[in-house]
Amino acid sequence: MNHPVVIVGSGLAGYAVARELRRLDADQPLLLLSADHGGFYSKPMLSNALATGKTPESIINGDAEKMASQLNVSIRTYTRVVAIDKTNRTVILKNNEQLSYGNLVLAIGADQVRLPLQGNGVSKVFTVNDVDDYKHFRDALAGKKKVAIIGAGLIGCEFANDLASAGYHVDVVDIAAQPLGRLIPPAAGAYLKQKLEAVGVVFHFDTSTQSVEQIDNQLCLTLANGKTIRADIVLSSVGLKPRTKMAQEAGLQINRGIVVDQLLQTNDAHIYAVGDCAEVAGKVLPFVMPITHAARALAATLAGNPTPVRYPAMPVLVKTPACSTVVSPPDADKAGVWQVESNDDGVKALFYDDTGCLLGFALLGKAIMDKNDLVAKLPPVLA
Amino acid sequence: MKKYQCNICGFIYDEAVGDPAHGIKAGTSWEDIPESWACPDCGVNKADFEMVEI
Repeated sequence: MNHPVVIVGSGLAGYAVARELRRLDADQPLLLLSADHGGFYSKPMLSNALATGKTPESIINGDAEKMASQLNVSIRTYTRVVAIDKTNRTVILKNNEQLSYGNLVLAIGADQVRLPLQGNGVSKVFTVNDVDDYKHFRDALAGKKKVAIIGAGLIGCEFANDLASAGYHVDVVDIAAQPLGRLIPPAAGAYLKQKLEAVGVVFHFDTSTQSVEQIDNQLCLTLANGKTIRADIVLSSVGLKPRTKMAQEAGLQINRGIVVDQLLQTNDAHIYAVGDCAEVAGKVLPFVMPITHAARALAATLAGNPTPVRYPAMPVLVKTPACSTVVSPPDADKAGVWQVESNDDGVKALFYDDTGCLLGFALLGKAIMDKNDLVAKLPPVLA
Repeated sequence: MKKYQCNICGFIYDEAVGDPAHGIKAGTSWEDIPESWACPDCGVNKADFEMVEI
């Protein structure tokens, strides 16, 4: 009996695997299980949707029905997988139904990290991890003026820019001394900060949020430095944590993410993981380009042609129109120094190791024009 | 000259500009871009683009 390839998750990763596999194999049965409506959309589009004039509805490119017919895939919506039985090669659904798989692809994504905050307003703090979250956030924004964002990383900066440009008053709190603290050196952070301040963003750096209290119809954030911020809406964007629980309970190896090799294979020969839930050869890379590469390799493997994923240099565009920014952060375990050229038009920060090899960069403002030349000089992320 | 937008990351391919860094000359019409071309920003296929009026 020919059991289907079962893909758990209908985000970019799940759909990318379905699409790539269908390209290589027109007949192999494919079943995609979605815990929500199953519509196809691009999560990165959420953090600049105001600027691009998109609504939560228009961000969805196709509903599950349309995608199923377009890709010739069976899609079950509102179908949550709660466990994996790898001995019998089945997944167990919330309603106890069991579905058999030939090969299983976990594309279950990551959760937003929640900081341990005090106060009676904590349950009112938004996170945006999918289009349904985003719809709630947009509904809540209607008629409001002040938004506080916890976290000045990639998503925090993108939302800050999008909201400020749309006329909201935006405060951003981060424990680091600068925006994008994990990705760019201080001089680049200072430039980005200045450009975001110019569109109205107010930063509170070197401090953390301690409590969120509801006072009248507003929320009041108390910071570790003693300051308070009043806001109508609070958004938390302090990072992602791969969803590993179900894999762990099934006896699969996990570390930061679900551990897979370059074939995207877990320690079970019939179970693969891809996207934000996966740790591929030691790397957790929650961006689009790694998903694109991994999905192509995995599709080839599932079609019968075992293909290890290779990652080229994969620069990440930060969608902050107030300050064009592209980063290719060096591996955290690589030693080296930043060399920074900075002027009013932008910042070019290049990260070299002690033999003079370029390992990463951060380009802001006009310096983004150098992107293609520099990408060509970077080593691959995974050879 | 038309423009096409990547559904995934928002990159815009402008036929007037092309994508010279990846071998696509300015003025190359969308139909003439090889299927092997990928979005320079996020790596997805040509199929993930749609025409946009800007």
